[in-house]
Amino acid sequence: MNAFKRTLVGAAVAAALAIPAAHAQVSDNVIKIGVLSDMSSLYTDLAGAGSVLAAKMAVEDSGIEKRGFKVELVSADHQNKPDVGSAIARQWYDQDKVDVIVDVPNSGVALAVNGITKEKGKVFLVSGAASADLTGKACSPNTVHWTYDTWMLANGTGNAIVKTGGDSWFFITADYAFGHALERDTSAVVTKNGGKVLGSVKVPLNTQDFSSFLLQAQASKAKIVGLANAGGDTTNSIKQAAEFGIVKGGQNLAGLLVFLTDVHSLGLPTAQGLIFTETFYWDLNDQSRAFAKRFAPANKGIHPTMVHAGVYSSVLHYLKAVEAAKTDDGTKVVAKMKELPTDDPLFGKGAVRADGRKIHPAYLVEVKKPAESKAPWDYYKVRATIPADQAFRPLKDGDCPLVK
Amino acid sequence: MTEIFGIPTQALFGQLLIGLINGAFYAMLSLGLAVIFGLLNIINFTHGAQYMMGAFLAWFLLERAGIGYWWALLIAPVVVGVTGIVIERTMLARLYKLDHLYGLLLTFGLALIIQGVFTNAYGSSGQPYRLPQEFTGAYNLGFMFLPKYRAWVIVLSLIVCLSTWFVIERTKLGAYLRAATENPALVQAFGINVPRMITLTYGFGVGLAGLAGVMAAPIYQVSPQMGANLIIVVFAVVVIGGMGSILGAILTGFGLGVVEGLTKVFYPEASNTVIFVIMVIVLLVKPAGLFGRER
Repeated sequence: MNAFKRTLVGAAVAAALAIPAAHAQVSDNVIKIGVLSDMSSLYTDLAGAGSVLAAKMAVEDSGIEKRGFKVELVSADHQNKPDVGSAIARQWYDQDKVDVIVDVPNSGVALAVNGITKEKGKVFLVSGAASADLTGKACSPNTVHWTYDTWMLANGTGNAIVKTGGDSWFFITADYAFGHALERDTSAVVTKNGGKVLGSVKVPLNTQDFSSFLLQAQASKAKIVGLANAGGDTTNSIKQAAEFGIVKGGQNLAGLLVFLTDVHSLGLPTAQGLIFTETFYWDLNDQSRAFAKRFAPANKGIHPTMVHAGVYSSVLHYLKAVEAAKTDDGTKVVAKMKELPTDDPLFGKGAVRADGRKIHPAYLVEVKKPAESKAPWDYYKVRATIPADQAFRPLKDGDCPLVK
Repeated sequence: MTEIFGIPTQALFGQLLIGLINGAFYAMLSLGLAVIFGLLNIINFTHGAQYMMGAFLAWFLLERAGIGYWWALLIAPVVVGVTGIVIERTMLARLYKLDHLYGLLLTFGLALIIQGVFTNAYGSSGQPYRLPQEFTGAYNLGFMFLPKYRAWVIVLSLIVCLSTWFVIERTKLGAYLRAATENPALVQAFGINVPRMITLTYGFGVGLAGLAGVMAAPIYQVSPQMGANLIIVVFAVVVIGGMGSILGAILTGFGLGVVEGLTKVFYPEASNTVIFVIMVIVLLVKPAGLFGRER
């Protein structure tokens, strides 16, 4: 037997051993997961490297590799630019044989990836992005929106605050699609519950100094100053609100999108008393605590945010669906994800709806006073739990073409 | 209550004051840039990163060594200034004979590197720096609530700006500096060590950025991006004031702070762009800037 033939036979034997018959439908024998996130800018701490870690943990915990599947993980930085994100998504799908893109904080980038994923028939698991349009007007048979959205934030926080007497509002709004949507959705909740919106000010993204806007909020005499912004804009406005005595003057702040890492970076003396909605907190129960205990040491001590938790549990459910469907064909897997009930240690039992919305309970949390916090990252008191069926926008109200 | 364009005069006074406070930061940063450009002919794009380093140093001193605000105000600018001197000696000094563009590229690259290193080490969401005890609370001015710390920012930056202007325009040392920019060879012939003067000037300009960083730490989150957000505006301020003009940088800094403050009341959506609109107009009408000289 000459060398060429030997190699050929060897390769054939190796191939036969490597591909168990049951997995014949998994393209090129590998399930390839791409974590597309903000690795260098304002959302790095709440998503970023932590999201890659969460995806890795999900792959390990699923045990899928022990059952003969091969899983590969890649990651990239979208720099919060839709064009950069789109280019990476196309390269991943077309050349690198990526089967599923995960996370994608920043609604602008997420909406772009949503379109490309549908066109290529792959899978998009959204955790970091907020826009409720992903399961509304822009819904897709290839997208599952896992963790949270603007409707849920507005509904959770808005409802709770109006019902406890905060019936007049002034908004400080980030001047782009996300901020506008958040203000619009929250205003609707406020007026529906008999409250009044006294005014709002649209602030350019990445503003450093909010004092001028805070003075306008002060002058409005509204009981609640709603912060329809995110990331550095939120932390800077909260910090400066304390400086200008907004809360001491009898007004209250409502952060509409606040993450655990924002609270950490503000510190409890500044953040105490802030009320907002989250779908995950690491100190909720034994399972979430166990997750955090494994996660934090590998993530520079940063405890898991709801975005990290969403990446973990969406990847877990995705892998379950691939195994059940015996294929990694995007459209079929997402259909299977919707068919199978979800159950994981972080979000508990839930379901993925026809519009791609994952539903689970949401928690109205309040930031602890410094004296109440017993350990580092012990930041929240859970004030109320909003049941899964009320936490998210009703299926029929979303204008999603997939829902008839 | 009297009103101007539908805004109560009282509210307007508050906004003017806030504009002045922001202007104080613009003035301090653009002053450093103007000094460096005036004497070195280098457009220092690292300025924002050096401002961020000042803030981070203040945070370090407090967190790691328990050294408070007042010492930080002294130590951080010196340390940042020294790093500046190292950069000038090892890198910038090689570029003086080349086109402006090389200095710009080098300093811009350095800014990205410094920012990246800090983001990698400390994450992006920023660190809290507590307001010094002496400055908690606020003055009730009747028309507004003025936090004590913000009042201090105006006072300190006015002192720093005016002393810098005085040293450069009214003392013998300043006269050497100005002469060295006009004709370095001649000044050197008089026995003055021009390269050393240039090094120290760069260190000083950068130190000013560090000082502004310390002053900003209690107001803004101490985050790796804090300088990048500000630096573009500050460049516009320098261009409007006239590259290299000390007094121009100070006056435009404060002035544009006020203009921006007013925009935040009348048309907040444009508050990020108003300075650039002004820049375009100024460049069309007076290409050398409001206080600059045509060369």
